[in-house]
Amino acid sequence: MISLLAALPPGAIFFYFLATVVVLSAVGVAIAPNILYSAFALLGTLAGVAGLYLYMGADFLGIAQLLIYVGGILVLILFAVLLTNRIGEMNITNLSAGLIVGAPAAVAVIALLIKMALGTAWPVTEVVVAPTTQRLGDAFLREYLMPFEIASLVLLMALVGAMVIARRAAKEGNKKRVVATEIGK
Amino acid sequence: MSGFLQIGLTHFLVLSAILFGLGLLTVATRRNAVAILMGVELILNAAALNFVAFSTYVQGLVTGQVFALFIIVLAAAEAAIALAIVLSIFRHFHSIDANDTSTLRD
Repeated sequence: MISLLAALPPGAIFFYFLATVVVLSAVGVAIAPNILYSAFALLGTLAGVAGLYLYMGADFLGIAQLLIYVGGILVLILFAVLLTNRIGEMNITNLSAGLIVGAPAAVAVIALLIKMALGTAWPVTEVVVAPTTQRLGDAFLREYLMPFEIASLVLLMALVGAMVIARRAAKEGNKKRVVATEIGK
Repeated sequence: MSGFLQIGLTHFLVLSAILFGLGLLTVATRRNAVAILMGVELILNAAALNFVAFSTYVQGLVTGQVFALFIIVLAAAEAAIALAIVLSIFRHFHSIDANDTSTLRD
């Protein structure tokens, strides 16, 4: 075991460690019985993917992934989990249905993609590791200026839209509930 | 054996395929709306990982990283909207089980 570890180049050890973290926590997201455990397992996946970005020399992207996904989206998801689950019935709303059908389908998709990844002769070039921040800034402000500006517009609309949806629900929650029960009858 | 030890494009493609499959499994089997959203995040991460791997190992440029950053931005917008909708659904139905919110089908 130790001789195998010594034979591995340090980069490979790092990769296999990160890959194990990513896959195991993704399995946790998929099959954890408690939705809160799924949310915390997602932390491992997102942080592991950030580590893999750093492994490939994408320094800016790795840090951005850590900041936005782990610091932003994951916290948002945790808020949603805690706001929408009454603690007592947390297990009940998360029972996975159709695992018997879903698991073979997922395995088939994975096998197909792996077969394609291994069977194709990709035109691989020499990897050059260099700081990417300057090149990314150049790309964003020259080639991809239009998508960049549209992305900021999309973010603004999403921000306002999310606020409007959440507030309207709070204001008209009672009224809608009455209407819904009347329709139900 | 040396191909197994030398980390290359194929390693990342296989890893991202596994990540994508697990995300698909989450979306397909979970009934909790927030858990379905987590599965979507897994799928988006698998796609972004593929973009970065291809741009690093095949092209040698940062184009794939630009796409990955756009994916992160859109995922943030999507998460904000989806969670607002989830909160709205929860206030309306007192549940976020995807099987309960079938008023339109009935």
